[in-house]
Amino acid sequence: MNNPVITIKNVSKSFGKNQVLENISLEIHSGEIFGFLGPSGAGKTTLVKELVGLDTPTKGENFVLGGKMPSLGLMERVGYMSQADALYGELSAKENLEFFAALYGLKGPNRKKRMEMVMEMVQLSDDLNKLVSNYSGGMKRRLSLAAALLHEPELLILDEPTVGIDPVLRKSIWDGFYDLKKKGTTIIVTTHVMDEAEKCDRLGMVRNGKLIAVGSPEELKENTNSGTIEDAFLVYGGA
Amino acid sequence: MRVRALTIRILRQFFRDKRTMAMMIVAPILILTMLNLVFNGKDYHPKIGLVKVPELIINQLDFKDAKITKYENSKLANEDLKDRKLDGYLLFDKQVPGITLEGSDPSKNKAVMTAVQKAFKPLMQKGNQGDFKVHYLHGSDSMTQFDYFGPVLLGYFAFFFVFLIAGVSFLRERTSGTLERLLSSPLRRWEIVAGYVLGFGVFTMIQAAIITWYSIYVLDMMMKGSFLLVLLINLLLSLSALTLGILLSAFANNEMQMIQFIPLVIVPQIFFSGLFDLDTISDWLSWIGPLTPLYYGANALREVMVRGYGWSHIYIDLLVLLALSVLFMVLNVAALKKYRNI
Repeated sequence: MNNPVITIKNVSKSFGKNQVLENISLEIHSGEIFGFLGPSGAGKTTLVKELVGLDTPTKGENFVLGGKMPSLGLMERVGYMSQADALYGELSAKENLEFFAALYGLKGPNRKKRMEMVMEMVQLSDDLNKLVSNYSGGMKRRLSLAAALLHEPELLILDEPTVGIDPVLRKSIWDGFYDLKKKGTTIIVTTHVMDEAEKCDRLGMVRNGKLIAVGSPEELKENTNSGTIEDAFLVYGGA
Repeated sequence: MRVRALTIRILRQFFRDKRTMAMMIVAPILILTMLNLVFNGKDYHPKIGLVKVPELIINQLDFKDAKITKYENSKLANEDLKDRKLDGYLLFDKQVPGITLEGSDPSKNKAVMTAVQKAFKPLMQKGNQGDFKVHYLHGSDSMTQFDYFGPVLLGYFAFFFVFLIAGVSFLRERTSGTLERLLSSPLRRWEIVAGYVLGFGVFTMIQAAIITWYSIYVLDMMMKGSFLLVLLINLLLSLSALTLGILLSAFANNEMQMIQFIPLVIVPQIFFSGLFDLDTISDWLSWIGPLTPLYYGANALREVMVRGYGWSHIYIDLLVLLALSVLFMVLNVAALKKYRNI
């Protein structure tokens, strides 16, 4: 449990004069579900993009799965779902998945099996042959998730995975996350929804580019004498 | 009130987007300037050769608007005609003057004929003027302006649509977030560019085949050379359009800005790639032509379709097109660095 899957070392990032991340250091361990909680604009997306390898820090270093990011070899072992549904509307769900599976070298019966499995998990098996442009927002979100899971990544990085998904489905998706966790997958999610944050093993609270607190939801509430994560966030945020 | 709010909002958006605003003003000025330069260009002075014309007659001929070269025999004149150093030559054979024209550009044919007729006017005051035997190296007197323009237009439209569609689709890849998704996978940057080139390559091959077939067999465009060579030229031209389109899409933030490249990239090419006579374009603008892919594509198409030439006359044009495409591809791979460092 204690070998870090991710080590973030003194990472800062600025775009011109605008500082987005400020001296962040953090370790995330194998098999945990770690949530980055914070309002939009806090820097969560920039941070996870650096972990995926899409961005590089201005200062500091990110180590993922034992190597320094960005690295193409490591990217193969990471599953990423961005905030935008990166799907091709002109294609069917099946064609989308086939495309993404091919990017990771999945083929033949294994590809078919994986596609069935991930579509089962996001409960879209019946809509496999529909064009994505006919999907609802929530369905697109789930298909994006399915695409990220296809190649059985050791590390899953999900940027706001359950936005626009109804509570019943959200629960079933989280059940899926717990299943993956049991199999040893490390999952990182970003969220601005406080009750979703409660579902994570550990949380990192992000505000104005700073990591203001790290701990399990219970610890964070205890340390601040608050009843809810929201109150705890307010205390750490200096309100 | 709502209309006013809408109007103000649109105006505000406009002022935020400085480039669109500049384009609205600069682009029409640019195009009008070009049209002005092209149509108010110098008069064309035909290049005429005189072969075995007796000195006595030469002294009486008055070639005001033509560049005259004298030749000892018709063989030398023929070679210069092939190299397009001459537009036509005059041969005195058994007292009956004959004219041989290069022939592929109807407007130049006309210029030569007019100059010759003018020159002979003082000699032929009594007789009917312009009773010459006319020979054509290429083309014929039934050749129309369209036969000469056709190959250029063929290349031009292939270029235009491939450029726009490839550019916009790559742009959408970026704005929809799928490019980011691609780059979060182990896909290499060059693989993305190569994938686009191949995917569109197949599409453009079909497009080129259909357009070429239609132009030749339906529009009855003049076709002296090999159909396969025309296809090859169109394919390479489309490749350059594709790679240039993708490259420039990196500098556009939305579809509207992509479309703004049309007056900057597409329209000038039509002026400087041979649709209008390059010899009459102002000297200080003539350097633009060789920078545009269409310049080479149009030249090669004309060589094959109008003059019936083969590989040996067009391979340099094709190599330049290929080199331009490779250059654009390399720049594309470099431009993608903006989205992922490795």
